[in-house]
Amino acid sequence: MPTIYIDGKPIEAREGQSILEAALEHGIEIPHFCWHPAMSAPANCRICLVKVGMPRRKPDGSFETDENGNPVIQYMPKLQPSCRYPVSEGLHVLFQVPEVIESQHAVMEFLLINHPLDCPICDEAGECKLQEYAYFYSRGKSRFVEEKNHKPKHVIWGPNVIFDAERCISCSRCIRYADEILHDPVIDFVNRGDHVTIELFPGTQFDNPYSMNVIELCPVGALTSRDFRFKARVWEMSFTPSVCPGCARGCNMYVGVLHNQILRLQPRTNMYVNQYWMCDAGRLTQYPFVNENRIDKPLVCTENGTLTEVSWEEALDTFWNKLQSVDAKEIGIVVSGMLTNEDAFALRRFIREHIPAATVMLMTVEDPEFEDDFLRVRDRRPNTRGVQTILGDVLASLSVEEFRAKVESKQLKLVWVIGEDLEQVWGEEGRKIADGADTLIVAASNASPTTQVADLVLSLATYAEMEGTFTNIDGRVQHFIPALTTAERPYRWGMKVSRWDKMGAWNDRWSHGPRRHCRPLWQMLAATASIAGHSWNYRKAADVFADLAQTVEGFARMTYALLDERHGIPLGKVDEPEPPVFHYDSHRLKPESEEYRYVQVYDKAEQWW
Amino acid sequence: MNVNQPSERQKMTFWEKLYLPEIARGLGITFKMLIGPKMTIQYPEEKYHPGGYYRGRPVLVLDEDGERCVACGLCSRVCPPLAIEVRAGETDREKERYPVKFEINMLRCIFCGLCEEVCPEEAIVMSKDLEMVFENRESAILGKEKLLVPVAQLQDRLEYLRMHQYYEPPARAQDA
Repeated sequence: MPTIYIDGKPIEAREGQSILEAALEHGIEIPHFCWHPAMSAPANCRICLVKVGMPRRKPDGSFETDENGNPVIQYMPKLQPSCRYPVSEGLHVLFQVPEVIESQHAVMEFLLINHPLDCPICDEAGECKLQEYAYFYSRGKSRFVEEKNHKPKHVIWGPNVIFDAERCISCSRCIRYADEILHDPVIDFVNRGDHVTIELFPGTQFDNPYSMNVIELCPVGALTSRDFRFKARVWEMSFTPSVCPGCARGCNMYVGVLHNQILRLQPRTNMYVNQYWMCDAGRLTQYPFVNENRIDKPLVCTENGTLTEVSWEEALDTFWNKLQSVDAKEIGIVVSGMLTNEDAFALRRFIREHIPAATVMLMTVEDPEFEDDFLRVRDRRPNTRGVQTILGDVLASLSVEEFRAKVESKQLKLVWVIGEDLEQVWGEEGRKIADGADTLIVAASNASPTTQVADLVLSLATYAEMEGTFTNIDGRVQHFIPALTTAERPYRWGMKVSRWDKMGAWNDRWSHGPRRHCRPLWQMLAATASIAGHSWNYRKAADVFADLAQTVEGFARMTYALLDERHGIPLGKVDEPEPPVFHYDSHRLKPESEEYRYVQVYDKAEQWW
Repeated sequence: MNVNQPSERQKMTFWEKLYLPEIARGLGITFKMLIGPKMTIQYPEEKYHPGGYYRGRPVLVLDEDGERCVACGLCSRVCPPLAIEVRAGETDREKERYPVKFEINMLRCIFCGLCEEVCPEEAIVMSKDLEMVFENRESAILGKEKLLVPVAQLQDRLEYLRMHQYYEPPARAQDA
């Protein structure tokens, strides 16, 4: 553990670290553009230059001291890039000194010479590292009066990424990302001097399944998303920490929301799960279903065969009556891996208390083509592991054919599908089950062929509208909070909401975002249980989770606060904390808000409610 | 210190204490105004035509080659009563963005002029329009078709803005 001194402040660095890494880990923000912890350090942006020196030694090896007894430091004549300079015992670094500040100003002035002033049209504005540093580390004025360089704008690099060469500051992060992380080197620098730009190799496309990570990597707006292009300004949106439901990896992400609609998903650093990355499929496919094609209210099939919207009370009464109308043995339940741990636990309790003889089957969705050796896994449901762990012996081991045969032979008269579309996942077999059941109850968030033939549809909340936890493929339990408001819960205290959504009144057109009458499964089941005469006393997701932590062994002693603090906890490992790691965030919307503070406020608001 | 300050009355001279000369002086002003040129106008019949200094209804500038606005959303961000809503789209012009939707809720607008001050493209300015009557809340939300005004009609205000630059960033200490 070499001790280094930054501006005289001693810091315990680790062997092999660079000065920049050690400083960042101890909360000293040395500016940097090209350095990223996951990649090599080329030291080509020069904004991280610092003054470096070592104590001077006498010929006999002892340290030279001045009249006060302090060691005399001999500084290098030129500034050194701190991202590349390894730490060593007794190293002295000067950061807040005029020489270094002068060099930062000079570097910023050089970078801004050819950077166009098109922040008003640039999507990165508001979360741009160059904007931020221009504010903190530059004079604020340019002496350059000549015409700026012109380079190609809006170059299409691939299906998801668009490149603007004028805005590029040649930090080479994207080039190193493609080369070192993706092992798919399709881009490189061409030309020299101020004409330098980045081009694709002839005949290639930047179409890697992880290509969109360069959008967050790029410190400026040179690389932007084609999907999000000009949809909103980032300061208009709220970013809620959440977990991707796209596959069992459970990548941590931010949900970008404006007017109660999700506009984009972007990765959130979690060194234990996804590090800094997220796949394009997760970003692009996991939000449209929240915005579109939703079931807004519970639906009941009337006598003439059409689905009509009803209130929740009526729907749950119908639901309970339908469950009562058949023998518990004749109930077949199809459970999805989309359910949260809380939902699965409430379901387990409901089955044990009311319909213990029901046949419960877990529907798994596996896609071998989706799997790769980076982040994506073949299990396309976020919580298969959690549902398996919690439901445990309640689950029956049946194949799809056996389940279908039971339905067709009328051994199972009532089929209750939770959170899935039978036809989409099981194809022909699923359609036969839907048609063969005497009574089909569906709890779903989106309209599908299965909901069309159902006798009762309960509108289910998606991951973005509820609080809960997912257990990923490695058994890591991760907590997420709602990003959207619903008609069921219109209040927003503690939730992250943008200025517009917070202040908008009923007569402002923008505030007319959709509010849906949807509930998480545990809420439906708690309400149904009270119809049946049991009070479960669950008022918020944390109550269900507390019960779950007491009942199911793997979740013992877990709380939401602990899950947030440790970035998720593996099942059964509450008492063995993992070694802490540094969570690096390159650049985000400033001013930074403490995301976990919101969780606590949200918790209080729920209690109040 | 507890010192008695002389009151206004104690400071008066003899003639001032009498009040009468002052009353005569005040009435003198009144009679002068009575026969002098009038400041008021008969408003609905006579129209008021203010100069470039006037901050009326905010409008969007329409150049020869189309609107200037690039939908950066700064006016919307700076607007204290949240009167402005902007949604951007993409065009083939040199400036890639344009406002698909630009709405000002005139019931919210407080005519502060911050939108005009913050605009990097000089695209939103305060016009001389001071007569705004709305029959319902919906019609008070003005869309692009009502906001776009040809640049020729706004020359007064644009000249005024160029002459009166609101803000010059102060030199920082390190520049000296």
